[in-house]
Amino acid sequence: MSKFDEPDHYKKEELLQIDWRPPRTGWMDTPPDIRHGTYIYPGKAKNLEIMGFPHGRDWAVEDVDWKLPEGWQRIVLEGMADRLTKFRSFKIFMDTCVRCGACADKCHFFLGSGDPKNMPVLRAELLRSIYRKDFTAMGKIFGKMAGGRPLTEDVIKEWFYYFYQCTECRRCSVFCPYGIDTAEITMMGRELLGLLGLYVNWVLEPVANCFRFGNHLAIQPHGLMDTLEFMADDIEDATGIRVDIPMNKKGAEILFVTPSGDFVADPGIYTCMGYMLLFHELGIDYTWSSYASDGGNFGLFTSHEALKRLNAKIYTEAKRLGVKWILGGECGHMWRVINQYMDTLNGPADFLEVPKSPLTGTVFENARSTKMVHLMEFVADLIRHDKLKLDKSRNDHINVTFHDSCNPARAMGIFEEPRYVIRNVCNNFHEMPENTIREQTFCCGGGAGLGTDENMEMRLRGGLPRGSAVRHVQEKHGVNQMAAMCAIDRATLVTVCDYWAPGVKVTGITELVVNAMVFDGEKRRTQNLRLEPIPGMEDEEPEPVGAVEGASE
Amino acid sequence: MNILVALAAVGGLFLVGLLGGMAGMGWLFGIVIPSIALVLFVGGMIAKVWGWSNSAVPFRIPTTCGQQKSLDWLPHSRFENPYTPLQTVGRMALEVLFFRSLLRNTKAELVDGQRLVYRTDLALWLGGLMMHWSFLFIILRHLRLMTNPVPGWVTFIESTDGFLEIGLPVVFITTMTFLLGVTYLLFRRLTNPQVRYISLIGDYFPLLLLLGIGLSGAWMRHFDKVDIASVKEMMMGLFSFNPVVPEGINPLFYGHLLLVSILLAYFPFSKLTHMAGVFLSPTRNQTANNRAVRHVNPWDYPVKVHTYEEYEDELREKMVGAGIPVDKPLEKE
Repeated sequence: MSKFDEPDHYKKEELLQIDWRPPRTGWMDTPPDIRHGTYIYPGKAKNLEIMGFPHGRDWAVEDVDWKLPEGWQRIVLEGMADRLTKFRSFKIFMDTCVRCGACADKCHFFLGSGDPKNMPVLRAELLRSIYRKDFTAMGKIFGKMAGGRPLTEDVIKEWFYYFYQCTECRRCSVFCPYGIDTAEITMMGRELLGLLGLYVNWVLEPVANCFRFGNHLAIQPHGLMDTLEFMADDIEDATGIRVDIPMNKKGAEILFVTPSGDFVADPGIYTCMGYMLLFHELGIDYTWSSYASDGGNFGLFTSHEALKRLNAKIYTEAKRLGVKWILGGECGHMWRVINQYMDTLNGPADFLEVPKSPLTGTVFENARSTKMVHLMEFVADLIRHDKLKLDKSRNDHINVTFHDSCNPARAMGIFEEPRYVIRNVCNNFHEMPENTIREQTFCCGGGAGLGTDENMEMRLRGGLPRGSAVRHVQEKHGVNQMAAMCAIDRATLVTVCDYWAPGVKVTGITELVVNAMVFDGEKRRTQNLRLEPIPGMEDEEPEPVGAVEGASE
Repeated sequence: MNILVALAAVGGLFLVGLLGGMAGMGWLFGIVIPSIALVLFVGGMIAKVWGWSNSAVPFRIPTTCGQQKSLDWLPHSRFENPYTPLQTVGRMALEVLFFRSLLRNTKAELVDGQRLVYRTDLALWLGGLMMHWSFLFIILRHLRLMTNPVPGWVTFIESTDGFLEIGLPVVFITTMTFLLGVTYLLFRRLTNPQVRYISLIGDYFPLLLLLGIGLSGAWMRHFDKVDIASVKEMMMGLFSFNPVVPEGINPLFYGHLLLVSILLAYFPFSKLTHMAGVFLSPTRNQTANNRAVRHVNPWDYPVKVHTYEEYEDELREKMVGAGIPVDKPLEKE
C-alpha cells in the first residue's frame, strides 16, 4: 500500500477527473480542502533560529490553532504597507487587474487541479481582497461590495496553502495585458507569512543549510571533495580520462558556480561530471568553491532579505579567490537570481573583469556588469568557433526534446543557446508543441521550493501540462530523453515523466555535450557517463553507429 | 448577484439624471456635477500616479518573452526582450496600442479526458481592442462639442468614422464597434464560468456604465434627437468657466451626462486605473539588460551574512584534511 507521498498512491484516471468549472459557493466562502499530499510541512523552529527569523514554533498545517503571534493582524498590515512603498510591482499589481481572466487557464496548477484559487487572478485576489479592505477608499467605504474582506486567521491559512501552491514560474505574466506577475504576488505573500513565522521546511531548511555551509544540502567541504572525487572515478571508468578537481584555488581565471542538486541527485550528477570533463578537456583555469558551493538560492522563495543574505557569498568568494569572472552552470532559479537580482543585491562587481572566453576571445558584453556567464552561452560560443571535437553519432540512440525551464525562459530569455548546443551534439531533436515551450513553457510542478514528496499530489497535478506535452512527442517522434538546464527540473521531471510519460528520461545538456565529445587520450567509448552501454559500441569493431534508434515513425 | 447590483446602480443613476433634466435641474446636472466629476478625475488620477511613482522599483524584473541579447550571431528578439530603452518603448507601444500580450491568448482543452491542447483564442483580444479604440475615437469626436472653431482633425475623424454614409444623420462605425465590443465583454464575463466566478460588482459596473453611455448617446443621435447647438453652448460655457444652461435640452442628455460624470468620478478609484497603470508595470516597462547595466535599489540595506572567515573557522580542520587550501593555517596543538 503506497503512501500519499509516493506517485503510485495516485491513480491517473482519478487525477484526470479535472473539472475546471468553479464550485457553486463564492470563493470567499469556500475554504481550502487542506489534505495530505497537497501541502508542505511547516518550517522547523531550529531553522528559523539559525536565520534569526522571529516567531519560530512547533505547529502543524492541519492544526486548528496555528499559534499566531500576538498582534498578528497589525504585523501583517504593517508589513503590507511597508511593501507597498518598497515594491512598485506590488502596488501596481494590486491596483490594475481588471479580472479579464486571460491568466486563468495558463497556470499548470489550475490546469491540473481545477481549483479556482489556482487561477493566477484568484491567487492574487486572496491578497488583493485584504488590500482593498484596508488600503483603498472604495474598500473602506463599501467593504465586501467593493471586493474587500477582513483579515482573519482563515485568510492566513488560505494564503499559506495557495502561496505554496505557486511555483513563481511567471507563465501567467506572459499572457497578462498588464504584465501582472504572480511570482511577485507570491513572493509578497510568502514574506508576509514569514513575518508570522510561517514557512515551509522544504524551503527553510535549505536556506539555513546554505547560510551556514554554502549549499542547500549542507554538504561540508570534505564531503564535497569526496563527492567530486567519486565522480572523477566514474568519469575515468567511462572515458579513461582522469580529471583534476580545483577547489578554492586562488588566482584561477574563472570561478564556477552551479546548483548543489547536481552534486547528489541522479541524473544531475551526470551533468556535474559533464562540467568537470568539459573544463578538463578545454584546459581552462577554473576553480570550484566550497564556500560558494551553491548558485541555487532558496532565499528567492523566502524573502528578498534572505535572497540577498545567501547570494552574497558568490561575489565575496570571487573577490577572495581573485578570479577574473564567473561561470554559472545549468540551473533555473539560480539564473533568475544572477540575471535579475545579483548585481543589484550584492554588486557592483567592479573587482572582476568583463568575461572573455579564454578559447575564442569572445567578450560577453551582455554580462559586462554582472560578470557572470551562463554555461550554455559559453559552450554555444565554443561550438560556433569549432573548439569542441564532436561526434554526434554517439548520441544517436537518444531522441531528445528540450524543456525550457521557467526562470531561464521568462526571467532571462535564453532560448537559442541551448537549442544551438543540442542540435550540434544530437542528431535527433524534436520540439514539444509551441504553446508549451520557450516563453510559454510549463513548469515541472516542483519549482519555488515545492519539489518535495509530501506535496506529491500537487506535483503530479502541476506536472500534467508538461507531462502531457512530453507524452505527445514521445508518441509522435519516439522521444526518449528530455533535456533541461535546471537542477530542480532534473529532480522533479523524473517523477513527472515516470508518471505521465513513462520511458522518457531526463538529462542535462552538458551531459549530452560530453557524451558526444571526442577527448584527447580517451579510451574506446563503450559506456556513457551513466556507465550504460552505448548502443552500437558494445562490439569490438570500431565502426560508427549506423541506425538511428527510436527516431523512426 | 453582482451584475444585478451593478445594473440597478447604472439604471438608477440614468433615471436620476433623466428626472433631474425633466425637473429643470440643469444647473445641478449640467454644471455642478460634471465639474465635480472632472475635478475628481483629474485630481484622483494625479494622486494615483503620484502614489505609484512614489513606490520604489528595487529590482529590474522584466518578463522576457523572447530571445535575449547575448552572442552576436544569435537572433535577438528586440520587442519581446528589449535590450535598449528604445526597444522597450517599442515593446510598450505594442502592448498599449495593440494589446500584444492578449494576442498570445489560448484556451486550454482536455481532449479524450487526458491530452491537454491549447487553441488560439483571440476573441478577448478583438473585443477589447474594438472597445478601447472605438472609445478613443468617440471621445475625440466629442471634441467638436467643446471647441470653437472645431479643429480640422476632429472633423476629419468624424467624416472618416461616418464614411459608410448609412442613415441620416450617418451612423458612425465606432458607435457600432463600441457597443459590440462592450456587449461582447459583458457577454463573456457572464458566460465564461471562470471569469464569472471572479467577477465583482466593480467589474460589471464600468461595463454597464459604458453600455449605458453608448446606448443613450446613440439614441439621442438617431432617435430622440437633442438640440446640438444648445448642448454645445453649455459645454463651451463649462470649459470656458462661464457656465450657461440653455433652455429646452432633451432630458435624455442629462441622463447621458450623469453617466459620463459618474464614469469620470469613479475612474481613479477603480480598476479603470489600468489605463495609467499599464505604463508603469515593471515587468513590461523595464529594459532587460540586467547583466550589462547595473540596477540600483534605492532602499538597499546591509544584511547579516555568514562570512568566509566564520565558515573557515568552523570547518578549517575538515578542509585541511581534504586538501582544500585555507586562509589561516591550523593551530598546532
